[in-house]
Amino acid sequence: MTERLSVRKTYKLFIGGAFPRSESGRSYAVNDAKGTFLANAARASRKDVRDAVVAARKAQPGWAARTPYNRGQILYRIAEMLEGRRDQFTDELRGSGLTKTAARTEVDAAIDRWVWYAGWADKIAQVTGTANPVAGPYFNFSTPEPTGVIGILAPDGPLLGLVSVLAPAILTGNTTIVIASEPAPLPAITLAEVLATSDLPGGVVNILTGHRTELAPWIASHMDINGLDLTGADEDLATDCEQAAAENLKRVLSPTTNDRATDPGIARMTAFLETKTVWHPVGI
Amino acid sequence: MFEYAPAPESRDIVDIKPAYGLFIDGAFTDANNHFKTVNPASEEVLAEISEADSADVDRAVAAARKAYENVWSKLPAAERAKYLFRIARIIQERSRELAVLESIDNGKPIRESRDVDLPLVAAHFFYYAGWADKLEYAVADPRPLGVAGQVIPWNFPLLMLAWKIAPALACGNTVVLKPAETTPLTALAFAEICRQADLPPGVVNIVTGAGETGRALVEHPGIDKVAFTGSTEVGRQIARAVAGTGKRLTLELGGKAANIVFDDAPLDQAVEGIVNGIFFNQGHVCCAGSRLLVQESVAEELLDRLKTRMATLRVGDPLDKNTDVGAINSAAQLAKIRELSQAGDNEGAVRWSPPCELPDRGFWFAPTVFTGVAQSHRIAREEIFGPVLSVLTFRTPQEAVEKANNTPYGLSAGVWTEKGSRILWMAQRLRAGVVWANTFNKFDPASPFGGYKESGFGREGGRHGLEAYLR
Repeated sequence: MTERLSVRKTYKLFIGGAFPRSESGRSYAVNDAKGTFLANAARASRKDVRDAVVAARKAQPGWAARTPYNRGQILYRIAEMLEGRRDQFTDELRGSGLTKTAARTEVDAAIDRWVWYAGWADKIAQVTGTANPVAGPYFNFSTPEPTGVIGILAPDGPLLGLVSVLAPAILTGNTTIVIASEPAPLPAITLAEVLATSDLPGGVVNILTGHRTELAPWIASHMDINGLDLTGADEDLATDCEQAAAENLKRVLSPTTNDRATDPGIARMTAFLETKTVWHPVGI
Repeated sequence: MFEYAPAPESRDIVDIKPAYGLFIDGAFTDANNHFKTVNPASEEVLAEISEADSADVDRAVAAARKAYENVWSKLPAAERAKYLFRIARIIQERSRELAVLESIDNGKPIRESRDVDLPLVAAHFFYYAGWADKLEYAVADPRPLGVAGQVIPWNFPLLMLAWKIAPALACGNTVVLKPAETTPLTALAFAEICRQADLPPGVVNIVTGAGETGRALVEHPGIDKVAFTGSTEVGRQIARAVAGTGKRLTLELGGKAANIVFDDAPLDQAVEGIVNGIFFNQGHVCCAGSRLLVQESVAEELLDRLKTRMATLRVGDPLDKNTDVGAINSAAQLAKIRELSQAGDNEGAVRWSPPCELPDRGFWFAPTVFTGVAQSHRIAREEIFGPVLSVLTFRTPQEAVEKANNTPYGLSAGVWTEKGSRILWMAQRLRAGVVWANTFNKFDPASPFGGYKESGFGREGGRHGLEAYLR
């Protein structure tokens, strides 16, 4: 009796809630830590970046208009969906060189991170907002609002690293274009399958796989992107991107060496929040 | 209109020296090159000002670093607070003098420098003084950044200085500040105030000069933080220069605010708000309400009332207490306002100004309103930074939001309506850092100020303002 031939998955991009191939028709081979072929990942192009930005921009007002409670529920739903696929992700992470224990720890931490951020959705405004005691007969308050469309260069930590940069960006109402880890892009696309089945509106997260140095400059210079997370960029790429980002004054989160296992804090959320202050006279 | 007898504020209260040095390490030192600052209302030369070159900036940064390492970072926070309270008090004591000096150097009406600028300057120092020993209630593990390089504009010279220096010092940083080349005098007076307050040498350094001095400061490797208020174009250059250096950056840049009037608005109040929104400080205000969006059904009536009100604006001597609109700050700015207004004419908008006699000498521009403005016109898209209002109309709240947000800027916006739910609906949708509802151009040290999009990033004022100066 012959062993059943497995049905392999085609790893594609994730744009606007759909899974298209790169419009360029390109792909690149992804190998495991030992050099064994795992799959061909789509190699996204500048045009794919532009399509992703269009999808993210289109989705942004609606996503921001959801109640924070609803966004929190959806993030929690992502955690639930991920929990159901623990084994799948553990296997996939082993492909990028992790031991079974390490892979399991990483998957569990990623699930817990979604849960942690889900709980933030209806609290961040209470922590960062203020009622301002101005010296006059005015009611004055400040609230955080999403920056808009954020470009993210994800770090190489293929699941926890990705979740750690993605969750804080979308939780507050931003939409995103993510360049996945170049050497280990496959878990990002599998995560997209989770996102696509978690009631997350299409376009809130758009994931591109491909060559970082090819795609990052297009993200950094795109005039309809409002913020840029350079966590996954090396020093030279980060400097180039930051310079390009100056053209429309993107908010830039520079690469930092923070231990992803510790309490992430609120800095990743506040990096892509604007503060709006509203004044109104008080009188009869 | 009533005839008013002149009511000039006396300038004798101010003693302007013939020449000023740079304020570095607690002392005034001369520079190799000099430039003149003039009274824009008369073109009279007021003083010779030192122009700091890169060596001077080096010395200033070194002095700030030394003061940071040896003195300021070691001082108990409560003592930092007391220095700032002292400074606030001296500003209050000398506020009349400083107001006159500001009006002479800047051209703004004494009524505004006396009643708006100076009270806010003192209040700002007072507000941040109180924060200095309470930072851990605002931010987890607050630590200062080090030396801040700060570059400020000419429209609110002393107020912008206060917005920069007060939070920086409260958070434990030392500063090198460059005032604008056309309005250095109140910053130099502030240097004297630092000496009167016995502020340790090097905690505040003032380097005067133009663009090159500013460049030398923001590109200096010895600073940890750049804070800039000014044009979006220069803001972009600074963001590029700072890229990859790890310096912290906050930018408060240009704006093209929509002031939106609905048909149920109290029209007389709205007219006052519109006038205050665009003619306050000659329109030299980054958050000026330079685009009036008026609901079509009341457009005609509102414009009639607005023109009647504009005809009562008194343009002239900044030191006259009756003056509403003073002098344009510089010949260069006047040329820019003229050029953009000409573009308004050329692109087909209709210009109107009340009959008003402008002085022969100095830089002047009559309050101006353009009607029939399309969103594509330059006067609807570009920041004029002068007393020029562009009027557009809308029919529905959705259209008002779309037009208001149709700009790369996002600093401020105004909404006029009697309907509370509509105010909040509008306020949620306007992509701007400050929304004034049934008011305009209000400022307070407790109120965070700053922009969305290409109006910059970071907030000044309030608890949020601390974040710009803490790690």
